[in-house]
Amino acid sequence: MPEGHLEIGAIVTLEKPEFNRLLVAIQEQGYETLGPTIQDDTIQYNRINGLDDLPRGMTSKQDAGYYRLEYSGHNNYFDVTPGPQSWKGQFFPPRTELLTLYRQNKRDWSAEKTQPNQPPTALIGVRPCELAAIQVQDRVFLRNDLSDPLYLSRRERTFILVANCLHPGGTCFCVSMGTGPRSHSGFDLSLTELNDVFLMEIGSEAGRAILADLPWQPAAAFSLQAAERGFEYAIRHMGRTIPDVERLPEALLNDLENQQYDDVAKRCLSCTNCTQVCPTCFCWDVQEVNNLSGSEVRRERVWDSCFNPMYTYVFGGNTRPNTRSRYRQWITHKLASWYYQFGVSGCVGCGRCITWCPAGIDITAEANALLSEVKA
Amino acid sequence: MTAYSPQQTAAISLVSPMLPFRAEILSVQPEAPLVSTYWMRFLDPELRTSYQFKPGQFNMLSIPGMGEAAISISSDSNDHQRVGHTVRFVGNVTNAISRLKAGDVIGVRGPFGTSWPLEDHHGKDIFIAAGGIGLPPLRPILYQVMAQRNNFGRVVVIYGARTPDDLQFTREYKAWEEAGIELIITVDRGDEKWTGLVGVVPLMFYRLRMDPRKSVVYTCGPEIMIRFVIFEALARRITPDQIYVSMERNMRCGLGLCGHCQLGPYFVCKDGPVFTYEQLQPYFNVEDL
Repeated sequence: MPEGHLEIGAIVTLEKPEFNRLLVAIQEQGYETLGPTIQDDTIQYNRINGLDDLPRGMTSKQDAGYYRLEYSGHNNYFDVTPGPQSWKGQFFPPRTELLTLYRQNKRDWSAEKTQPNQPPTALIGVRPCELAAIQVQDRVFLRNDLSDPLYLSRRERTFILVANCLHPGGTCFCVSMGTGPRSHSGFDLSLTELNDVFLMEIGSEAGRAILADLPWQPAAAFSLQAAERGFEYAIRHMGRTIPDVERLPEALLNDLENQQYDDVAKRCLSCTNCTQVCPTCFCWDVQEVNNLSGSEVRRERVWDSCFNPMYTYVFGGNTRPNTRSRYRQWITHKLASWYYQFGVSGCVGCGRCITWCPAGIDITAEANALLSEVKA
Repeated sequence: MTAYSPQQTAAISLVSPMLPFRAEILSVQPEAPLVSTYWMRFLDPELRTSYQFKPGQFNMLSIPGMGEAAISISSDSNDHQRVGHTVRFVGNVTNAISRLKAGDVIGVRGPFGTSWPLEDHHGKDIFIAAGGIGLPPLRPILYQVMAQRNNFGRVVVIYGARTPDDLQFTREYKAWEEAGIELIITVDRGDEKWTGLVGVVPLMFYRLRMDPRKSVVYTCGPEIMIRFVIFEALARRITPDQIYVSMERNMRCGLGLCGHCQLGPYFVCKDGPVFTYEQLQPYFNVEDL
């Protein structure tokens, strides 16, 4: 065991093979460990038990409407940026049971709430943009006046190990949104992968306790410098940028008839892909799932999308009847009204909506076009 | 309009905010073709006494297997024995409600949303402009006015329906007038027996003399009607902060969590349904927002 005392905020190094013991230590605390794995030619979050489960040597080529995993020849475990899946589903699953209604007879019924039963989960290799997205959703679901109980029960039983980004992907723009490439707080542990070691930062007491029993070493100055150089490289190699993010809230809401919306409406398929892959999109619908006799009804919460035709349906029609109005809702909510509702942008710059748009629509290009169109 | 926050007096479970509370239908009062008022009370005796709402707020009514619908409360907020909802049967849930009878049990969550700020308007002239099913969310105001008539100046109700048959609460008009409420009732199309006014609600503003220094306007109805009511009010120099509008949007949760009811930066269920026109001004005339 090394000399010295570990404190929250301390940065130490861990030999890469020790990562396996780190996972075991986390599992021994009762957490299921989920992390990036290769599945279906992309990165998916599955149970991981050691370094062998990670996508070693892989990188991804990403562009508008384009994604390929590629073998890059290096030996790093955490170099590949995320695929379509985000951690959103951990706290806000695509389909959750809210309650069950039991019909006693034709006139009367009873309701029973569903008890949350998610096992404690450790999220391994959370990217800074993804941690920012979790913090954005915290603002949505954990308000001062009302917290969503299902979200809360999952969120408070979660251990987060961040993997800072040194090699951003082609659709990344976290620097524009101020969410990366490095996380500064909100995690239990963070790692920065150097060629020979993991640089570990301690973010919480839970993280400190787990790392304390492992053979960590004080971080050498050249390791810290290597990490700094890595972050500088990442900042310079962002795939995308939005130069005037702070102008967006006012500019977009003051120019709702911008003709760029007519242009994007011709390209957008209203397919909802962007909202499904977005790590902050939180809209949901309520569905009734009946048994055959109608005596038992599960009321379920399912992901919805502002691109769905029925999203705005009220008697008499849809208040957003076309793609132009739906895209406008999506981008103005993401980049503008979110500030007024939750005090932050709804976009963290992860680039998923660009990569996974079948029409290759690029939120950064649209935002820049909207800004340039705005009458000064 | 105070910000929404679930109170001890609400039928909202903090540990499961989507959980409906059971309420028994006491009676069903037909109001017009395809419109009825459902009087109900909570089965839980504690909730029955603690439940409170403010005029203009709404509940989520639900039927197991059909789902929930946002329905405004149309009864007297001082009546703690029962709660009334006036429902128009137009969708899956409301058509299921139409099949309920006295003694049946319905699900209720609420109350949600902002209210008409009547307590801020003592001494003012209150002009209420309602169209069709837009009257029920304003009826709690009339109960309040009747209970404390001397607190207000003129109280005028302009109410329009498509045909004379579609007029709601007709049996109450006499009591409203006797309480000193001026009524202007109009229809889009008369029938052979109709001797009253014909024309849309905003048109009736020409019959009014309004003092902009002490007048407030409360309006609810089809958005096209609201748009022209606002136009008429502004033309009479009523300022946008003195025009109150109740908006309708698709609502699934009532809690500001599900996203459906967004209008610009607002969640209509939480920041509304009652807004000042000053709040809505940048967004109200944007098509398909």
